[in-house]
Amino acid sequence: MQFLSSSVGRKIVMAITGLMLLAFLVIHLFGNSLIYVGWINAYGEKLHSLPPVVWAFRLVMLCVFAVHIYFGVTLALENNAARPAPYAVKKNLRATFSGRTMIWTGLLIVVFLIYHLLHFTMRMTNPDISNSLDELGRLDVFKMVVFSFKNFAIAGVYIAAMMAIALHLSHGVQSFVQTFGLNSDKTIPTVEKAGTGVAIVLFLGYVSIPLVIILGIMNYKG
Amino acid sequence: MDLTLFVWRQKGPKDPGKLQEYKAKNISPDMSFLEMLDEVNEELVMEGKETIVFDHDCREGICGTCSQVINGIPHGGQERTTVCQLHMRKFKDGDTIYIEPWRAKAFPIVKDLIVDRSALDRIIQAGGYMSNHTGGAADANAILIPKPAAEMAMDAAECIGCGACVAACPNGSAMLFTAAKVTQLAMLPQGRIEAAQRVCVMTDAMLKEGFGNCTNHYECQAVCPKGIKVSFIAKLNREFIKAQLPL
Repeated sequence: MQFLSSSVGRKIVMAITGLMLLAFLVIHLFGNSLIYVGWINAYGEKLHSLPPVVWAFRLVMLCVFAVHIYFGVTLALENNAARPAPYAVKKNLRATFSGRTMIWTGLLIVVFLIYHLLHFTMRMTNPDISNSLDELGRLDVFKMVVFSFKNFAIAGVYIAAMMAIALHLSHGVQSFVQTFGLNSDKTIPTVEKAGTGVAIVLFLGYVSIPLVIILGIMNYKG
Repeated sequence: MDLTLFVWRQKGPKDPGKLQEYKAKNISPDMSFLEMLDEVNEELVMEGKETIVFDHDCREGICGTCSQVINGIPHGGQERTTVCQLHMRKFKDGDTIYIEPWRAKAFPIVKDLIVDRSALDRIIQAGGYMSNHTGGAADANAILIPKPAAEMAMDAAECIGCGACVAACPNGSAMLFTAAKVTQLAMLPQGRIEAAQRVCVMTDAMLKEGFGNCTNHYECQAVCPKGIKVSFIAKLNREFIKAQLPL
């Protein structure tokens, strides 16, 4: 059987694409954090001035996402089919909530991603606050972010989505170490803690922006 | 002790089956779980009813035949213990106990609590062996094996093929079982020769039998009566990656 139809082969594909998506989350958080030093509009301007780079990046991300979702869904369906009759009583001793809900948090992330792109990238959901220019004639990303997150519904959806991502990561991060065969009995407990740690750090990083805006610590003075 | 049992009764592979309630009375705490079921069956015989059918063989914790999910945990949840070595003192008077068979597509139910585990045999047949030429017995120490490698191979060889890993896995995967055999043979020089081929054909055979894929829940390790570790699955993954690399 070929690599892409084998059980471990597909597990490795999930791990590699998952790792790339994790790298994206780190880069994206780095970009977002520029809002704290007032460089977010300049960052947006810089990206928009490099269409080939941006589009190449987007294309790669789209492929990575598509592969991760395709294999994730097909594997989940296969695993579901492996136990057609459920237990009347089933107790898990070790399996975590985050591990058992990977497919559901994954699908929630896809739905959020579509909304997120419509909101911030295509600027279609809130055109009234998303298309103004700053005094240097650049797209006013700062205004768009601040006015968006002042809306409790938008901030709430964003924070909920970040929870789904954190849950997905807390299983996913420790999982790829095992999949690449880098684990031993000694490393497994540490790797599991580190995975949860990475998930928490990214969660706090992403959620800090809507929080400082809701709490009025960061504001738009236009 | 008096207990209430809910036991899975199923006449045959095609029967839908259902949980049926039984009363186990005057059970001694010193009995094993299987002896408790023997007592219940004695009562059923006296009443002229059909006995509860369950698998058992050695009754000393080494054969892995007694396949029962007790209160949602394969082998009942006592660490590194098969059902025959689980004693009634672990339960309290008046407890309600649910007893179900292993549940997986690859383990069709034969009757009541007995499942057909020959799918595991077919995974072994696919590649869980090493090919040797026959002939005069080789000198015992002709091939030296480092102590840690021998220890790891022996730890992996402890697997008794009971199928608890499959029964516990949320995905019904037999990856821990497969990984134990792959590791055992890959650690030894005689087994290394076919290591690359073995890991591929055994994992493919696993899928073909209808087992699920491993998604690193580690539920298998928690229920394994022989303490087979998920680090063997990491080893299997390494062997698989190695098998893909051009040499």
